[in-house]
Amino acid sequence: MGGSLAPGVEAVAPPSVPALMAEHISKRFGHVQALTNVSLSVGAGEVLALMGDNGAGKSTLIKVLSGALSPDAGRIFVLGQEHVLATPSQARSIGIETVYQDLALADDLSACSNLFLGRELRRPGLLGKLGFYDEARMRAESVRQIAELGARIPDVRARVKMLSGGQRQSVAIARSAIWASEVLIMDEPTAALGIVQTAQVVELIKRTRDRGVAVIVISHSMAFSLAVSDRIEVLRLGENEGSFVTRDTTDNEVVAAITGSQWREARS
Amino acid sequence: MAGGQVVTTTRTGGALVHEPPAAPTPGREPGTRAKVLRQLTRNWVLLVLVALIVTFWSISGSEFFSVPDFRDILYNASESGVLAAGMTLVIIGGQIDLSVGSVLVFSSVIAAKVIVAIEGTGTTFHHPDVALTVGLLTAVVVGTAWGALNGVLVVALKIPSFIVTLGTLGMAIGLSDVITSGADIAGLSPTLQTAIGARQVLGVPLLVIITAAIMVVAGIVLARTCFGRYTYAIGSNAEAARRAGIKVGRHVVVLFTIMGLLAGVAGAMDIARFTTTSVIAHGADNLIAIAAVVIGGASLFGGSGTMFRTAIGVLIPAVLTTGLIIANVQSFWQEVIIGAILICAVAIDNVKRSSETKAG
Repeated sequence: MGGSLAPGVEAVAPPSVPALMAEHISKRFGHVQALTNVSLSVGAGEVLALMGDNGAGKSTLIKVLSGALSPDAGRIFVLGQEHVLATPSQARSIGIETVYQDLALADDLSACSNLFLGRELRRPGLLGKLGFYDEARMRAESVRQIAELGARIPDVRARVKMLSGGQRQSVAIARSAIWASEVLIMDEPTAALGIVQTAQVVELIKRTRDRGVAVIVISHSMAFSLAVSDRIEVLRLGENEGSFVTRDTTDNEVVAAITGSQWREARS
Repeated sequence: MAGGQVVTTTRTGGALVHEPPAAPTPGREPGTRAKVLRQLTRNWVLLVLVALIVTFWSISGSEFFSVPDFRDILYNASESGVLAAGMTLVIIGGQIDLSVGSVLVFSSVIAAKVIVAIEGTGTTFHHPDVALTVGLLTAVVVGTAWGALNGVLVVALKIPSFIVTLGTLGMAIGLSDVITSGADIAGLSPTLQTAIGARQVLGVPLLVIITAAIMVVAGIVLARTCFGRYTYAIGSNAEAARRAGIKVGRHVVVLFTIMGLLAGVAGAMDIARFTTTSVIAHGADNLIAIAAVVIGGASLFGGSGTMFRTAIGVLIPAVLTTGLIIANVQSFWQEVIIGAILICAVAIDNVKRSSETKAG
């Protein structure tokens, strides 16, 4: 799909322009070439599953896209506009949110506080200027957003450490989904979850996609990737190995690309 | 008499109660057992305080445990209250400051030097008002500078705050000895006491009012503002706070700077009370402040605690000191009892933690 780049897209952003497009990304750590000339794109309202074996470069690519790592070469376009993502804050400011594998939740704070952490709604007037936050408004907004996403968080006032693994995952995803105006990136969101909870995450991702957000999700799970994605991009040894339209492919094809046991070019 | 006692305690206590006692997130519990346990553990230090007061009251008979006694209790606790207020912020932020007692002493020594330089010593004092204003402000500025130094060293050099503040503890107290040549600066003008140190407003010592005001303001900042929430977030998970866009390093520097400022305030209060520096008298201030915060139920790992509970943690040792004297018990028992309460506080905190983990 990286090859579908039309020349001169950075000038205007017609609706067909991908929400996020990475072009010819390379990254080297010392003697290890983690990424070589990797390209991918994902459109608004589309879920892209990023697959590959350990060491394929998935995490490195995700870090580049979320601003945590600077690539040695390559360009990143958001809505056709080229951006240099020097920091995660910068990525967030243009609508790219990332759910990390370790969730990055403040356990002693409530689910609601975590959803708004660093972006607290202030009280109106002088109190707001003095830094007083508006707990009631944040709570109402949390409840509304969580209901809209269909996340299962029983009480937004409960401290996150009191929640189950699936609920914590839901809080982390909901936080990013609420703030992701363009792109939501998820690193192994179901790695530690059971079957029911995984189904809930699938639901969360689909609802986020239906809000018009582009979703990139890393997963090792073939079942999960097939269930949640519209397309699957496979990396192998730091390079693009194959790109599949999920409904037109089989797990055998994808596995073959991941393991490299059989070359299969599926680019359209 | 009895009614008067109650009024006196609730006056200071009442001011603190207005501050929201709840943790930032009073959530519903998954199970009733956890709920009951949580409520008990949240309030048990308050129960201990009430039990102590009632016990000493009944032992002594109301004539001994009177309004002046309560006034003394609060007065004697005022400096440790100011230190504990700062320590609450620092500990919730996941840090520790061992240097507070030394910074207090250093601030008071510099302030005393300034006061002596302006008003002179002996029997006649020149411009005592100017001397005292400039001197006490100097204490605050000097304390703030030490705090900022602690914070910058912790953040810039990435040295654990335990080590940094252990170092500045020694430096501040050593420099105090160097400056005073080991002899306290005594004989400051009595205006210090009449105007500030021993002054009472409506029957309440000014120093108690200052302490209560600091605790209320710090408590509100902690419980109601973004600054407070970021403090909990950083103490809870600094990496999560960083990823949420919070400037963690800057925040930690500010926490230590506030702690230093309050140590400077306590230093100013110290010379205002005694009109002399007391270089050797504050060696245990850091542990007293930390114990108050921990007795109040804060975790030394950061992320939890409230100012209201710290206030209780300050008052328990203060009540014990006076109460044991009134009950005619050797005052050495005080440290034994406080030690036991401290260990109980942490033990209960641990039980609480593991029950929460099970609930999740």
